[in-house]
Amino acid sequence: MRYIPNTERKFVNVMLKEVGITDIEDLFSDIPKKLKLSDPPDIGHPLDEPTLYRTAREILSKNITTEEFISFLGGGVWDHYVPAAVDEIVAKQEFYTAYTPYQPEISQGALQAIFEYQSLIAELTGMDVVSASHYDWSTALAEASLMSMRINHRNKCLISMAISPERLSVLKTYLDPLNAKIVPLSYDRETGFVDLEDFERKIDYETCMVYVENPNFFGVIDENVTELADKIHEKGAIFVVGVNAISLGILKPPGEYGADIVVGEGQQLGIYPSFGGPLLGIIATRFDRRYVRQMPGRLIGMTWSKSGARGYVITLQTREQHIRRERATSNITTNESLMAIRVAVYLSLLGKDGLRSLCEKILVNTAYLIKKISSIEGLEVPVFNAKHFQEFLVRSHTRKWSEIQKLLLKKGIFAGIDLNNRFPGYFDDLGQVALFATTELHTKADLDKLIEELGRVMHERSF
Amino acid sequence: MNDLFRQAKWQRERELIEPTVFELSQGRSEGYYRFSIEKEMLDAVGDVQKLIPSKLRREELNLPNLSEPEVVRHFSRLAEMNYGVDSGPYWLGSCTMKYNPKINERIAASPKVRRLHPYQPEETVQGALKIMYELGEMLGKITGLRHWTFQTSAGAHGEYLGCSIIRAYQLDRGEKQRDEMLIPLSAHGSNFASAAMAGFKVIKIPVDSRGCTDMGALRAAAGERTAGMMITNPNTLGIFEEDILEIADLVHNAGGLLYYDGANLNALLGRVLLSAMGVDVAHLNLHKTFSTPHGTGGPGAGAVLVRDGLEDFLPVPVLRERDGRYYFDYNVPKSVGRIKAFYGNFEVLVKAWAYLKALGSTGLREVSGIAVLNANYAFTKIKGIREVSVIYGEDRPRKHEFVISLKEARSKIEAPALHVAKRLLDYGLHPPTIYFPPVVEEAFMMEPTETDSKEEIDHYIEVMRKILEEELEENPKTVLEAPHNSSIDRLDEVRAAREPILSWKIYERYYKGNKT
Repeated sequence: MRYIPNTERKFVNVMLKEVGITDIEDLFSDIPKKLKLSDPPDIGHPLDEPTLYRTAREILSKNITTEEFISFLGGGVWDHYVPAAVDEIVAKQEFYTAYTPYQPEISQGALQAIFEYQSLIAELTGMDVVSASHYDWSTALAEASLMSMRINHRNKCLISMAISPERLSVLKTYLDPLNAKIVPLSYDRETGFVDLEDFERKIDYETCMVYVENPNFFGVIDENVTELADKIHEKGAIFVVGVNAISLGILKPPGEYGADIVVGEGQQLGIYPSFGGPLLGIIATRFDRRYVRQMPGRLIGMTWSKSGARGYVITLQTREQHIRRERATSNITTNESLMAIRVAVYLSLLGKDGLRSLCEKILVNTAYLIKKISSIEGLEVPVFNAKHFQEFLVRSHTRKWSEIQKLLLKKGIFAGIDLNNRFPGYFDDLGQVALFATTELHTKADLDKLIEELGRVMHERSF
Repeated sequence: MNDLFRQAKWQRERELIEPTVFELSQGRSEGYYRFSIEKEMLDAVGDVQKLIPSKLRREELNLPNLSEPEVVRHFSRLAEMNYGVDSGPYWLGSCTMKYNPKINERIAASPKVRRLHPYQPEETVQGALKIMYELGEMLGKITGLRHWTFQTSAGAHGEYLGCSIIRAYQLDRGEKQRDEMLIPLSAHGSNFASAAMAGFKVIKIPVDSRGCTDMGALRAAAGERTAGMMITNPNTLGIFEEDILEIADLVHNAGGLLYYDGANLNALLGRVLLSAMGVDVAHLNLHKTFSTPHGTGGPGAGAVLVRDGLEDFLPVPVLRERDGRYYFDYNVPKSVGRIKAFYGNFEVLVKAWAYLKALGSTGLREVSGIAVLNANYAFTKIKGIREVSVIYGEDRPRKHEFVISLKEARSKIEAPALHVAKRLLDYGLHPPTIYFPPVVEEAFMMEPTETDSKEEIDHYIEVMRKILEEELEENPKTVLEAPHNSSIDRLDEVRAAREPILSWKIYERYYKGNKT
């Protein structure tokens, strides 16, 4: 086998002799006979490298990519441009083949890169302390909720319903065994903002945490988020804010409106959609002992060497599973470190001005689409009377989105997410709605093509 | 020491190795990277500033201002100060640091993999689904557990899902009182944490002198509150749990399910089915046994597999096939729910698929055979080195890894496992896992894997001998002060925990200009 150097018989014989046996099978003599397979499981013949490449190519050719079709899909994963420099850096073996940096002296590169990731996300979110990464936004939210429960020993979680149902269902899975209660926090049907009356009604001294997203699942920039922190803190509860990380290039960071914990998705910052994984879950918090001590996941810290040189190590490990076992703050071990390095390179490359110009482009695309689609008969946009970032709902009054989607697909367009079909029962009161997303990859021609085809599809119906 | 390894060291000043991106951009006020907006678009939407509410507009954002060559050089220098599997031997026990085949990377980097959105219509992702399905089927054959999910992103994530499935199964049977999870003391730390997160009380089972689960203790612990048991086989001592069938019977007769931690599956690949061992639920680490890279800590992928009868508890959606067409089934009646958004770390799955296609049936046994041979060869030679002792089951064959104790070297230096590990760095060798499992004092847990050559193994053994027999004798200071040849000398981890500097912002606020 081409990956195994010692298969040559003469090496095997020398090694067997040293061990004092004659056959490799002898090394398995302690396994009960009835457990042993006579033949290996049938997974096919080994493929040589060119055959493997061709086989993979043939199978993958059945996929249609967002490079081939114009995609308006978002809702948790977005198709942004990944700068070539990002790919180049994470393709270095020293990064991608390394293990968790448990030996800091020969792992300074990874440690510093992840420290820089933590630092850059701290700046972006307006927080101080950022974990080295979580699996994705949904698991980051789940872990932030568990963290909140450990901090104030309460179990009522007030969760905005303007979030992805996928995220909500992951949260339910994690909270269920711990007897935590999810209390839905509704959104204003006119603006899409957090419903302040509902919030006032439900926040109390039993509330563990309040979770809202900004921009929310519908792309609405929620102007009510600034009204929440004081009332949450007054009740001794924790304010958790979820973000589409890229929006923080232009939107006020949650740290500036009183968030205690920020969670979010970092995939947009230099990571491909890759059919939904790997992604990057963000958890950030304030530099406050109570919070940092309960933080889940790995943390990289700066320190100094014996000779006085500045360096980096994994720190506060007594929170982690390999030391604290069942009393650890989380079971997380393998995380998404290489994705964090992608984000570090991406944010370093773009800088403040690059990120701002990216956000402006997204804002312009969003506004352009909303404006143009609103003039198509049978379609209603925006559904919420609010400013939108990157995403927005389109309501159809005449045709079902499932039909519209099929017709657009024939024209080489992945239309927005059909929320009624994708998440039955969640958004039925909003009517026939689809969630559209745009990124900097869309040119005016791409947007015009969508507008034109949407117009045609809706027009055909009227005759 | 002239013949020793030297790691790159991009030192600027005595106290400063590579500056951070924030330091590199000091004095700059403008960035370099820009996205352009077509004029017609701007004309159509009017004032960009008005597109967001003024009270939520961001004013300050402290990101670096660096050009592309500066960023690329910075991160390239950092890479040079990091040690990967392609750099050399990496005997981290229970981590299975095997070589990551390059063809897997090439395939997974294709736009046909990366530029797919998880909400695309199923007819446009049939290739992706086919790869996932074929991988699931191959893993099903390898384990004998025929139902699977890839939604978990890591081993610990898989353990957590496994525990959730066990919980759901017990609740479904009306066995609400079953709130205990049995875990041997030699288990990975994450097992305990995962069981606790899933709401279980952890019952620890000791290890006997053979290095195996103490059957007496297990018998005493199993009962009507037992929900299940988590077992790693071969265990973290590298020893096959020879009573596995009895263990499975005991757990099953008590009414529990047997969970298998797949971190050590490399030893059994192609030789033993998990189903034959009585396993009900298992996770496999695709980033260990199935060669996908670790990426300085992730992403990984933890496939979770279950036996017939437990498939209704898997997370939604479940991938199925009908007449050559692949689709997601959201109708899973007793599902534990979602464990992560979407379908798993797809890029990682593609790599594991490519690996198994390259191995084929015959390759499976070559992997486990040579991995176990390499480990036993190294074990045989290393246990002959002075200062090395073996605590459990000295005469039993090891599987893919082995654990030695350096406690005898305490007569020469304190904390020998730590210092000898640091000294190995000077020879360009990644040390083993140290101080684990906790049942062995001054533990060195070593796993050469099948991808190290005999020459590399011999070299590792010779360096171990040299350090333990010569350097500790003649020059213990060299060992105590190691490493000498890495990009930085020994770091103060105690200080890092006492004065946590967890971001550049915290450093600037509290510690800048106040270094010692």
